[in-house]
Amino acid sequence: MRKFEHKDLLGISQLSVEDITLILNTAESLKEISSRDIKKVPTLRGKSVVNFFFEPSTRTRISFEMAAKRLSADTVSISALGSSTAKGETLIDTARNLQAMNPDLIVLRHSSSGAPHLLAREVKAGIINAGDGINEHPTQALLDLFTIREKKQKIEGLEVAIIGDISHSRVARSDILGLTKMGARVTVSGPPTMMPAEIEALGVEVVHDPIKAVKEKDVVMLLRIQLERQGKVLFPGLREYASCFGLNRDIIREAKSDVIIMHPGPINRGVEITSEVADGPYSVILDQVTNGVAVRMAILYLLMGGSKE
Amino acid sequence: MWIKGGKVVDPVKGTVKQVDLLVENGKIAKMLPPDIFEDIGADLRIIDASNRVIVPGLIDMHVHLREPGHEYKETISTGARAAVAGGFTSLACMPNTLPPNDSRSVTEFILMQAERAGLAKVYPIAAITMGQKGEALTEFGDLRDAGAVGVSDDGFPVADSEVMRRALEYARYQGLTVISHCEDRHLSRGGVMHEGVVSTRTGLPGIPAAGEEIMVFREISLSKLTGCPVHIAHVSTAGSVELIRRARDEGVPVTAETAPHYFSLDHNAVKGYDTKAKMNPPLRTPDDVQAIKDGLARGIIDVIATDHAPHSNLEKDLEFDKAAFGIIGLETALPLTLDLVRQGILGLPEAIGKLSCNAYALLRIPRGRLIEGAQADLSIIDTECEYVLREEDIISKSKNSPFIGKTLKGRNDLTMVGGKVVWERDAAIGHQQSRQIA
Repeated sequence: MRKFEHKDLLGISQLSVEDITLILNTAESLKEISSRDIKKVPTLRGKSVVNFFFEPSTRTRISFEMAAKRLSADTVSISALGSSTAKGETLIDTARNLQAMNPDLIVLRHSSSGAPHLLAREVKAGIINAGDGINEHPTQALLDLFTIREKKQKIEGLEVAIIGDISHSRVARSDILGLTKMGARVTVSGPPTMMPAEIEALGVEVVHDPIKAVKEKDVVMLLRIQLERQGKVLFPGLREYASCFGLNRDIIREAKSDVIIMHPGPINRGVEITSEVADGPYSVILDQVTNGVAVRMAILYLLMGGSKE
Repeated sequence: MWIKGGKVVDPVKGTVKQVDLLVENGKIAKMLPPDIFEDIGADLRIIDASNRVIVPGLIDMHVHLREPGHEYKETISTGARAAVAGGFTSLACMPNTLPPNDSRSVTEFILMQAERAGLAKVYPIAAITMGQKGEALTEFGDLRDAGAVGVSDDGFPVADSEVMRRALEYARYQGLTVISHCEDRHLSRGGVMHEGVVSTRTGLPGIPAAGEEIMVFREISLSKLTGCPVHIAHVSTAGSVELIRRARDEGVPVTAETAPHYFSLDHNAVKGYDTKAKMNPPLRTPDDVQAIKDGLARGIIDVIATDHAPHSNLEKDLEFDKAAFGIIGLETALPLTLDLVRQGILGLPEAIGKLSCNAYALLRIPRGRLIEGAQADLSIIDTECEYVLREEDIISKSKNSPFIGKTLKGRNDLTMVGGKVVWERDAAIGHQQSRQIA
């Protein structure tokens, strides 16, 4: 029996291979709950989870809420707009006020890298990073790892390409850290304007040309192009991005015949991915969403002291 | 006053010698070899400086005193007190106050407040352009007459190269030193730490070294074009050091300073999102730190100045990207500089020179030498004292130092400005007699 020895889940960077395996195994046994008629177990009855979202989010927020509810925890969701942050309160003050109400876990989505780390230093409740700035999105990476393992029965030794804005993607960072820890080989691809400095230090190969990058890959992950983040200088426009870096059927042919296509969503059809690929037979994009609930249930459960036989 | 038994550092001559000092009427009256001077029985305060080092009054030529406008962070009085505690007798303060120091009235106000505080000497650096907007030059002549010793737009560097060219030309004529904070603000836009492997790992937007170096190169080019001197503030990258070295070899009149944090810390200090390690320019790589040390050792970097930038916890206890840039430095500069001596990078007189005569010469300030007849500005330092810096020991109004909790070695025990003891560590120095002339 193994316990999860962390108060918070701030990033994949803090997790060991054993931690990740524990989370994935736990998620595997919890996944079945979501397919029951009565989708609820009493495991976390009497526990409270605050979903604190400073940035708009549909998928992650609902996923966390569902995960908590299926484990019978009480949940409260607040967004920056409805909170006193909009009235000028600092994050630390907000955190202290939340702490005063004694929640067990706080799920934080924030536009500043390191915001969950700041919160974790200030409050007793466990903090789950639901995406901080351009740093990490650990639960997304864990559900990606879960989905890969489910489809390929393994992670170690797989060839994975991640295509898009690596610089500004917290998903990419967490996926790179998680995949390399679990023994996969990662190639990152996208325009040079979207590659962070010295990314090779994270143990990945950089291949800018997506056709070359997807060659013989087991997994191809795409990232959302976010016009609102990337401004005007990182690429000339959506039309150019789609034609130079968008994933279409022709490019997919370069990958292994049983390749799976992943995307953290929300997808921009016709930009980073064509509809025929997104909806095609290789796509596991909706499985990722399904698995997201199971993985988040596992994280909530483990952070509240649960263990896995 | 008789200061006896100490070793006097003379950075100009490059010597460290045991000398007794007699201070009278605010000046160094006599400097005598040990054991010659005898107590003449007058009402003489005797300061026992044995096992201590006596240095000429140090100057920090790059500080932010926040007054007028941001008195909750620091005032001229609290900043000057932190300065004398840290061993500095003179300060040159940057113009980014509210309003900015772009006029005689602000310059005179700063001098008046410094006079009232009666601690360290304060030398205002005025803005290069009105409102630090990078457009119209300020009245250099009037500002110099009011007491300014240099001009700089500091954190709002002049982007328009023609304005900078004219500033250099006009400042030389008016006898003002031009100090340039080198930053291409387009390239650094949005950045909060050095762009490199740590920014990639922490997901923090980066500030590339090139953002500094492009401007260093521009200032060197303008200096070459005009023949006018320029002083580069807080050099932080290996590339900048190399550009300055080449320019100096060619005879371009460029001088440079760095801050203690650029030779004491690297970008790894940002891991964990500690906003006390956030400053501009940012902490760079270990290779840059080495290059800064080399630059100091080879005389490419003339001056050590702290860029003392007090911020309250309102600006610092925030998310990393939202926190203000800058750290305080007045009370840690001395031990950090003495580390360079212990590492064998600088000799003691050389190190003290970078905190004194080099900067005084640059700013044309006729102070900071321990010779007979000079103003008695000095500090008595215990170079061997080791201690852990605690937040509650910090005298500056703001406590934003990444060195809190670290062990420092070397501490100022007593500071004298114009013959007056303006700061003294309690019980630090044995008093043989308590009667005092000053």
